[in-house]
Amino acid sequence: MAPRKKPPTPPLSFEKPIFELEARLGELEAQPDPTPATRDAIRNIRVEITRMRREIFMGLDAAETVLVARHPDRPQVLDYIELIFDEFVELHGDRAYRDDRSIKTGFAKLGEEKILFVGQHKGRNLDERTEYNYGMAHPEGYRKALGKMEIAARYGLPIVCFIDTPGAFPGIGAEERGQAYQIALNLREMARLNTPIVVVVIGEGGSGGALGIGIGDHIAVMQFAYYSVISPEGCAGILWKHARHKDKAARALRFTSKDLLEFGVIDEVIPEPLGGAHRDHRAAATVLKGSLVAAIRELKLIPRDQLVDRRYDKFRRMGVFEKTIKEGETV
Amino acid sequence: MATAKPDLESWQESTGKAKRGVPEGLWIRCQGCRSTVYRRSVEENLFICPECDHHFIVPGQIRIQQLLDPDSFEEWFADLRPADPLGFVDKMPYAERLKAEAKRTGMSEACVAGRGYMRGRPLVFALTDSNFIMGSMGSVVGEKLTRAVEAATEKKLPLVILSGSGGGARMHEGIYSLMQMAKVSAALGRFHDAGGLYISVLTHPTMGGVAASFASLGDLTLAEPKALIGFAGPRVVQATVNEKLPPGFQTSEFLLKHGFVDRIVHRHDLRSEIARIIDYCGR
Ligand SMILES: [Zn+2]
Repeated sequence: MAPRKKPPTPPLSFEKPIFELEARLGELEAQPDPTPATRDAIRNIRVEITRMRREIFMGLDAAETVLVARHPDRPQVLDYIELIFDEFVELHGDRAYRDDRSIKTGFAKLGEEKILFVGQHKGRNLDERTEYNYGMAHPEGYRKALGKMEIAARYGLPIVCFIDTPGAFPGIGAEERGQAYQIALNLREMARLNTPIVVVVIGEGGSGGALGIGIGDHIAVMQFAYYSVISPEGCAGILWKHARHKDKAARALRFTSKDLLEFGVIDEVIPEPLGGAHRDHRAAATVLKGSLVAAIRELKLIPRDQLVDRRYDKFRRMGVFEKTIKEGETV
Repeated sequence: MATAKPDLESWQESTGKAKRGVPEGLWIRCQGCRSTVYRRSVEENLFICPECDHHFIVPGQIRIQQLLDPDSFEEWFADLRPADPLGFVDKMPYAERLKAEAKRTGMSEACVAGRGYMRGRPLVFALTDSNFIMGSMGSVVGEKLTRAVEAATEKKLPLVILSGSGGGARMHEGIYSLMQMAKVSAALGRFHDAGGLYISVLTHPTMGGVAASFASLGDLTLAEPKALIGFAGPRVVQATVNEKLPPGFQTSEFLLKHGFVDRIVHRHDLRSEIARIIDYCGR
């Protein structure tokens, strides 16, 4: 269904100076017969807006990044399907319980490439959020995703997974139907699907609920997305005993794309348009598409009998620990 | 990762508190029947309340003595020590927390792994101990478990992992902890492909990222009675659904009823039950 017309989203606190300049620019541009001085002013403001966007968005801390990652206007899976793929053939159902809407699966054409797409959609308005359960899947969603991915592996289609979820749904039915079991199974099985898998965190990468469709050969995170073991609110609630410390928790968890790349846990940070993906869906989609095409092209060069071992080694290396030195051992 | 704070009556905590003039440590209060019981009688009963059958949390080292043949356990990878890759600080720096936990528990991490014998049957055995930072999984826990799985694959031995992890994936190591879930699960996939037998034993509590990775991937899954087992902590679920949780929600019995556990096994029978399964499935 088409998203309803809604009032413009108010700026995030750190976006305010940009919005003010843009309003000023709008006024000047609306003048019917601009003087040379006005034209100069317009040019200067444009330059200043670009400079300011760059400066502000380069300097976002982890807590501010979370606000961008969760921005209500941020492009989501349904936007990207529209903007990136030439065709999308949705496939429904987990063959056991129901069709979990939170995770969308289907065949898609990415340029010349036929792929299987798996993506979490949070919803862009209240109706969608209800339908898609805010992107929080139940076990049947993870089961559906795995089932379709197994089909893709059987027929040699590369898989593209888009992650955008606060987490797997913490509800009674989810527990009754084995949320923990199904996520665990996805981790084990995705690790050995013999087809290239590209994973992109496009917004929120919320812990096990993200990882449940997150095992792959190329892991990318959008510039202002985040990927974390726990939400900042959850972490604050446990370690600081109150969710109001969420900003402190966000900074402590080191989950921004820059940190993750530095840790070597991800392969790529996909740059976003100046001022964040929510300011220009089309530009965000273009860069993302380019990155997908390139990643798949590279992965297809890897001999198929090496792909799964390579993926194993990739995750096998993750972790940081020390070793005590035994007697007689040298460093 | 969602962390459960069940009434986690860690042995140290429950024994540490003196009660109404009773000498400290001699008597303990049972969470099951709320009565005060003689500590020795609980310890001699495999840490089970003689009054109500409540299964107390067992410290890892004692668990090994309970389950494996005397002196048969050879610990592996004991030289691995946690690092602090994030420089994480909450109410105290993670590095200090690690030291404090090590001092309090006498353990260097929440996982012990190695080789042992159970009624004469050789196996690779590992456990997570909820006394150490809620038994949560950071890089060392993930690495020890992965190595244990790889060793079981190589040596063609049955694998038994007993989990006791209220903390799931350890927040203090951030994304590295989340990735341990992937790492161990991938290793279990290879073990599975190689035809290995993996028996997962779930004890109180097994939650979050531990439940959502190796603990759920057993060929056979056993659970001690009335253990709390689940993905999201009960408080998180409560806050999300805003309705009363059904009685017995997320207990071993709940999981059995819904099809996620093969057998609930009383601690007295755990050794013999595991040995029997190995006789059916081991090669
Ligand atoms: Zn009792």
